Amino acid sequence: MSLEHDDPNFQREVRKRSIKSFAWFFLAIALVVAGWLWLMSQPDEFGANRALRRVLRFNETVNAAVKSPTHLAKTFDKSQAVKNVKVNGPYGLSDGFDSTSWKLRVVNKGWGADSVIYVTLDDIKKLPRTDVVFDFKCIEGWSQITWWSGVKLSDFMKQYNLGSRNGRTPNLDDVPSLTNYIGMVTPDSGYYVGIDMKSALSPQTILCYAMNGNPLPENQGAPLRLIIPNKYGVKHIKRIGTMRFVDRRPRDYWFERGYDYDCAL
Amino acid sequence: MKRIEPKHPLAIRWFHWVNFPVLAVMIWSGTLIYWAYDPYMIKLGSAVLFKFYPTSFYNALGIPHKLANGMAWHFAFMWLFAVNGFAYVVYTVVSGEWRYLLPNKHSFKEAWQVLLHDLFFSRKPLPERKFNGAQQIAYTAVVVMGIGSLVTGLAIYKPTQLHWITALCGGYETARAIHFVLTIGYVLFFLVHIMQVVRAGWNNFRAMVTGWEVVNVKPKSETP
Repeated sequence: MSLEHDDPNFQREVRKRSIKSFAWFFLAIALVVAGWLWLMSQPDEFGANRALRRVLRFNETVNAAVKSPTHLAKTFDKSQAVKNVKVNGPYGLSDGFDSTSWKLRVVNKGWGADSVIYVTLDDIKKLPRTDVVFDFKCIEGWSQITWWSGVKLSDFMKQYNLGSRNGRTPNLDDVPSLTNYIGMVTPDSGYYVGIDMKSALSPQTILCYAMNGNPLPENQGAPLRLIIPNKYGVKHIKRIGTMRFVDRRPRDYWFERGYDYDCAL
Repeated sequence: MKRIEPKHPLAIRWFHWVNFPVLAVMIWSGTLIYWAYDPYMIKLGSAVLFKFYPTSFYNALGIPHKLANGMAWHFAFMWLFAVNGFAYVVYTVVSGEWRYLLPNKHSFKEAWQVLLHDLFFSRKPLPERKFNGAQQIAYTAVVVMGIGSLVTGLAIYKPTQLHWITALCGGYETARAIHFVLTIGYVLFFLVHIMQVVRAGWNNFRAMVTGWEVVNVKPKSETP
């Protein structure tokens, strides 16, 4: 029963079968290594490996297909909102900005080449005020329950007839008839985001001018920032300068640095 | 007498070896993501016993400032992890392999004996079965952990779309913490697994590649 008394034929059989199996095994390993080398050889596309970038696009397609507009971020009571709101991301907030002369610049696809409207903060404040208290989620991983107030982006679009492809009165209930995206840029063009129309129309998406019931602080994006609870914080652009209703996907600061475009939650 | 006997079905071997590099990528990319917000630590009162992770650990492995990279890898390879794990569970159920795997009421007592044996406190021989009680518990636990990683992962990936999963996991922060603890669990499982495989020897390891092992049989039981 011990090894010494083994039948040599048996040992040969064991060896033969082992070699065959391990040959397959090493072949499989070689294929994995080849796949790995191929993956690593892919060029970068907007800061991310091209093959991985394709999967991220696929993930966004899946998410867009299953996304339900009735799914809203969980809301909280104002008393649950933190007092010390974290400040993150100084991009696009360069010095020398004059908030007193600030006006929101808006451009809509289908308008004449030089057509632009300017909207003052006072005009925006005349629209119905909406409060959103939600768990603000940073792409870094932390989150904070915070309270923001402003105007629903959809109310703003209704008021100023924004979002249609031909520049006429938009039908906000018919999302496919609207431009695919809204691009937003800071006055110094240092930070910029693109928002898909479906997310922009969420009743929780607001153009925000107040935090914790007080005017928005400078480092939180005064005079006007975006709050869009169904996306990571990177999309909540501070100090909006220009807003464009466009079909082509607008440039996006963090997308160009390797993140996925949607940052949808 | 010795005989060649089948041990692990081909499908199981595929699932096992596919999972190995995929899980490695998931743990690595997960660590790149975790770095961007790394609040977890083991505390005793107010004294920090261990911080996940020390700066020296991050720097030695080149982890800092790779959040975007980590997310890209994590959200690409999650598909492989999920599909492979799902296929494994389905196969295990359909093929009846679960019978060897699932712990029963004797497993826990047996696992204790295995533990005593493995720590050299006991000389009683181990049960001669495909999987002993300790293995049944460990292998079933790691499958449950895999499902846990998937669920808590979805909870932090799409907390608005899948808000009910996030709620099920006890909220966003809790889901992230569980997701992290499970990862530590895999690492510990891996370390013990490697030690046990080394101890069990070549015949046992070879079976995970070839599917069969050489067993000793008494001559009289050889007759078919």
